[in-house]
Order: sequence, then C-alpha cells, then structure tokens
Amino acid sequence: MEAMAQPAAVSILGMIAGLLGVIVLVSVNALFLIWMERKVSAHMQLRPGPMEVGWHGAIQTIADALKLMGKELITPKDVDRPVYLLAPIVVFLPVLLSFLVIPFSQSLVIRDMNVGVLLILAFASLTVLAILMAGWASNNKYSIFGAIRSVAQNIAYEIPLLITLMSIILMVGSFSLADIVEAQSAYWFVFVQPLAFILYITCATAETNRAPFDLPEAESELVAGFHTEYSGMRFALFFLAEYTNMFIVAAIATVFFLGGWRGPFLPGIVWFLIKVYFIIFVLMWFRWTFPRVRFDQLITFAWKILIPLAFANLIITAFILKLR
Amino acid sequence: MLERGLEEKTYVLNLGPQHPSTHGVLRVELHMEGEFIIKADPDIGYGHRGHEHMAENRTYAQYLPNMARVDYLHALAYNQGYCMAVEKLLGLTVPERGEYIRVITAELNRLTSHLLWLGAYLLDLGAFTPILYTFDDRENVLDLLDYLTGSRLTYCFYRFGGVPVDIDDDFTDGCRKFIQRLRSRLPDYDNLVTKNVIFIHRTKDIGIITKDQCIKYGLTGPMARGSGIPYDIRRVEPYSVYPQFDFEIPIGEQGDALDRYMVRLREMEQSLRIVEQALDKIPSGPIMAEKVPKRLKPAAGEVYTAVESARGEFGCYIVSAGDTKPYRIKLRVPSFGNLSILPELAVDTLVADLVAIIGSIDVVVPEIDR
Repeated sequence: MEAMAQPAAVSILGMIAGLLGVIVLVSVNALFLIWMERKVSAHMQLRPGPMEVGWHGAIQTIADALKLMGKELITPKDVDRPVYLLAPIVVFLPVLLSFLVIPFSQSLVIRDMNVGVLLILAFASLTVLAILMAGWASNNKYSIFGAIRSVAQNIAYEIPLLITLMSIILMVGSFSLADIVEAQSAYWFVFVQPLAFILYITCATAETNRAPFDLPEAESELVAGFHTEYSGMRFALFFLAEYTNMFIVAAIATVFFLGGWRGPFLPGIVWFLIKVYFIIFVLMWFRWTFPRVRFDQLITFAWKILIPLAFANLIITAFILKLR
Repeated sequence: MLERGLEEKTYVLNLGPQHPSTHGVLRVELHMEGEFIIKADPDIGYGHRGHEHMAENRTYAQYLPNMARVDYLHALAYNQGYCMAVEKLLGLTVPERGEYIRVITAELNRLTSHLLWLGAYLLDLGAFTPILYTFDDRENVLDLLDYLTGSRLTYCFYRFGGVPVDIDDDFTDGCRKFIQRLRSRLPDYDNLVTKNVIFIHRTKDIGIITKDQCIKYGLTGPMARGSGIPYDIRRVEPYSVYPQFDFEIPIGEQGDALDRYMVRLREMEQSLRIVEQALDKIPSGPIMAEKVPKRLKPAAGEVYTAVESARGEFGCYIVSAGDTKPYRIKLRVPSFGNLSILPELAVDTLVADLVAIIGSIDVVVPEIDR
C-alpha cells in the first residue's frame, strides 16, 4: 500500500511545488517586467525613469504593488457583481496554467505534454473571455468598447498565430514543446522560417494587446478600456496578467524560433531567459516607438494581409517538406 | 419620423469633460451606432471665467494679465493683440526695437505652442514617446522666455507702448543656440513621425475640410492654411514689423489632418527663420514709447486689432467710453471658429478618427470658454 501511495504523494507534492514555483515566477517576472518597461521607455524618452527606490529604482515596482494592495477595492454601483468580481481571477488563471508546459531548460519543465502548444493557445484564448467579462460587467461604455475590440482583435489574430506556428509543427511533426526545441539542435528555425517569425511577433503583439495594437485599452480613445472601473489589487491582477502574457508569447517565440534553451557555455535556463527577455524588449521597443493603428485598419491587416501570408507560408512549407 | 441618429439602436457616449484626448475641458456628446459617430455635439463652457466681463471692471492695465489666461499656450500673441488695440486707442507708437522684441518673443512662444501640440497630437494617436522629445525642446524656449519675462507660461510681458525689459547678449546667444538645436531636431521628427506608415494611415484623408467650409465656418490659422487658403494675419494684414521679414506661409492641399500637421511642422521652421532674421536685424534704440500717460484714459471710440496666434486669428475689439476702464471688450478667439466645424467633420467617423480630428484642430478650450 505504502509503496503504491508514495508515487501519488510525490506527484502531488511535485505539482504543488511546481505551482508555487510558477506563482513566484509569475510575480517576480511581472515585477521585473514592469520595472524593465519603465526603464526601457524612460531611456527611449530622454529620462532616467524610476531612480529613488532601490538601485536605479529596482524595487520601485514592489513599492507600487504594496501601494496597490492597500488601495480600496471600489465596486461601482450598477455593475454585474459576480461577473465583475470573477473577471480578474479568470484573467489570471489561464496565464498561470500556461506555465505548466513551457520548457525552461532540458529538465526544468513541470509537465511535458504532447499537446503543449494547443494547451497554451487554448488558455491564451481564455484571456479574451475574462476581458469580455470585465468589459461587460463594468457597465461602462468605454469598458464595453474595449471588450468588444479585444474579442474581435483576438479572434482575428489567433488565426494567423496558429497557422504560423503550424508551419513549424509540420517541420517537427510534434505538438510537444520539448520536441520542438530538440529539433533545433542544428539550426534555429528563425533562419529557415523568417517570415513565420515576423508574422508571429506581429500577431503576438496584437494577442497581448500591446501598442501599436493596444486598442482594448487605447488610452487616448477609451480612457483605460476594459479595466477602467477596476481599482486596487483587481486592477493589479489585470496588469499582472498582461505582463505574464508577454512572457508567455515571448517564451513561445523562443521555443519555436530561437532554439529554446539551447546555447553554448551557459546553462539552458539562462539562455532561455536571455532569449525571452530579448523578445520582450523588442515588444517594448514597438510600444514606445509606434502610434496606434485604427480599429478597422487592425482588422483589415489581420484578415487581408496576415492570414493570407500565414497560409502561403504554411503551404510552401508543406510543399518543401513533401518534396524533400 | 425620427431624424437619423436618434433611433433606438443608437446610444449616447460622453467624450469628456474628463477624457485624456479632449485637451482641457471639452465635452463632446456623441450619438453612436456601434463605433460609428452619427452626431457629435461639442459642449463648451466648463472653463468659463468671464474674461470679457472682467474687462468692464478693471482698468486697461489691470486687464493685461487676463490675456495670458485666455490662451495659455500662446499668451504673448494675446498680450500683443490687446496691447496693440489699447495703443491704437491711445495713439501710441511702439519704438522699432520694442516691436522687434515683441516679434522675437511672440514667435518663440508660437514655437512652444506648436511643439506642445506636436507631442500632444501624437499622444492622441497613441505614440507616447514624441511628447517627451518635444517637451525637451520646449523647455529650452521656456527657459529663454523665463529669463526675459520672468514667467514660463502665463506671460504678461508687453506694456502699452513697448516692452519693459531689453534683450541682452545672453538671451541672443541662447536663441541662436536654440534655433540650431531645433533645426537639427525637426528632420528627426520628420523621419520618425511623418514617414511612419501607421501615422500616415491615421491622418491621411481624415477630417477633410474644403475651402468653402473654411470660409463658411470662419476657420483661421493652420486649419484654413491646411485647406490651401494662405490666410495669415502676419501677411494679409501685416502688423508690427512682420513686413520686414522674409518668411513663407506654408499651405496644404487637401485639408486633411495630415495637411494640418504638415502646415504646423513647416510653420515651426518659418518661425525659426523669423526669429533668426529679427536677431540679425534688431536696431538699437528705446524699447518703450515716450510719454506713456500714468493714468490711461483713452478718448471714446472703438478699435479692432488682429494678430496671428498659433491657432489662427485673434482679434481684440475694444469699445471705450472715455473712462479708465473699457466699456466693453470682445475677444475673437480662433479656437471657437475652429471647433465649430467639428460636428460636420465627425459624422460617420470612428471614435479613433474623432480623436485624430480634435487633435488636428489644436483646440485650447479655455480660450473658447473665456
């Protein structure tokens, strides 16, 4: 009996340890990314950014997080209460679960599933549901605008995103992220699939609702979009989810195009993080240098340019693989 | 029958008065169908302070500081317009050096206004970074004007009959340095912003104003010039010493937001040219007219003067009843006319376009509310 019970207990303990690890990673990552965003934007804008709290403002975001925790949680009058309260939790859960399958290094992966890609993409779609819930329940016209925009945008951009990744999956022949990294032992896929990489980064920017595709929260049009009515820690959860989403799309880019944890000298995890943060830096670079596109232009761009290009890329890849 | 826009499937969206893109306290009542605007109704008056009424209870000199609060972005043009009107009423002539200093400072102030507009407009379009660059440039001008006038935004610098402080070498050198600096920065703005494909898509063919509409609504300044009407008070009704300078009046072709953007960008170059020429040509001599009476009591009569502010024609109409206080002052502010076309431009556009249009109007709401 004891011998049989032990693996289950170990497995459960492992899961708990993994979950705790992920929660710590998510929090630390978000704190770091917010600091990084502020620093990157500041240096692009001729200013030093946060400098007061800690070395070059390194623990500024911790102070901000503490402040947000101390803020009053305002629930406006005519909101749809259960949905309104649920939305910040729903937005946060899928991004947490996506970490299950990301291979940080050869051995550091919580659970390598053979449908890893699909799992991440499915959970990524759930974020839209949370945004829709938040926008709908807030009983605010600006919020519902943001929510509607977000849904239309995410549906439009998930298609090319998936098709682009499909061309890599065709090359590898597996949905498992570990297998995809394995397949890049000779060369990174970014060199054989440059178009797919560009398409993916474009779609990923839209998927994470970041400028120039940040229409769901377009400040100059919609004030703050879907999270207009949220305050305190509830707002912080949306914020946390946004930055964690950035990490996830950057991690997928790393796994699919930049060889994952592969690299000389340094341990795998270090290479993985270097690549992820480089992609995130590129996303931040976009945000602070581009104006925002208009909504109809955004949708036109997805349906008329990105999707045909992604399909063309997929078909060409399939042909080449067949001929080889 | 209900008129279009008031059917049941439409709804009302309040844009402002507290909204990031309505520049101050403008409220636009939008009747929407989905994200399309069917009817836009600007609601003004949130910043009403009764400037015109205040004039009736103050002496001519006491009213001067009010001018900086009407349009806080180009305060010196308003100083100038009002001073010119009072001088006309009193029959004062400003010495040439005084006029030169007025032109130099007014043009520098125009640059601050346009630089702020450039940054704020791009912020409206979702580009956050340019505003910090333009503010960096603007800071240089503010320092110069601060050195000369003692204030950074709400200047009250001109006096009836001239200016109170002469410029010195430090100011002149600072101006020349700034001209060089901005000249090197403007091509950067051109390369990074004007050639950006997203920016062009957001502004091209948006908010097209025809020449007829310009005349119908009384649009002035960059709004009219963007539509191809070379109407600039500095050229059509020259005042001060502007005829002595060589500068162009940039005009657009189509009258869309991009044209208005280009007009303002090129106007900055022209302002730099004017300042440069003025610094070269400035004559020596007095800066204040002699024999300005201590107690201003102009004879009964009425005058109207107009100057070109950063937003268009600013007119100051004074009726004097022969008292120490004006009987009535009417301020003709450009933003009022410029904003009045908004309902027509906004129909059948998206909210994002409306933001782009309001930005391209460059409206200063306190100026409308007065």
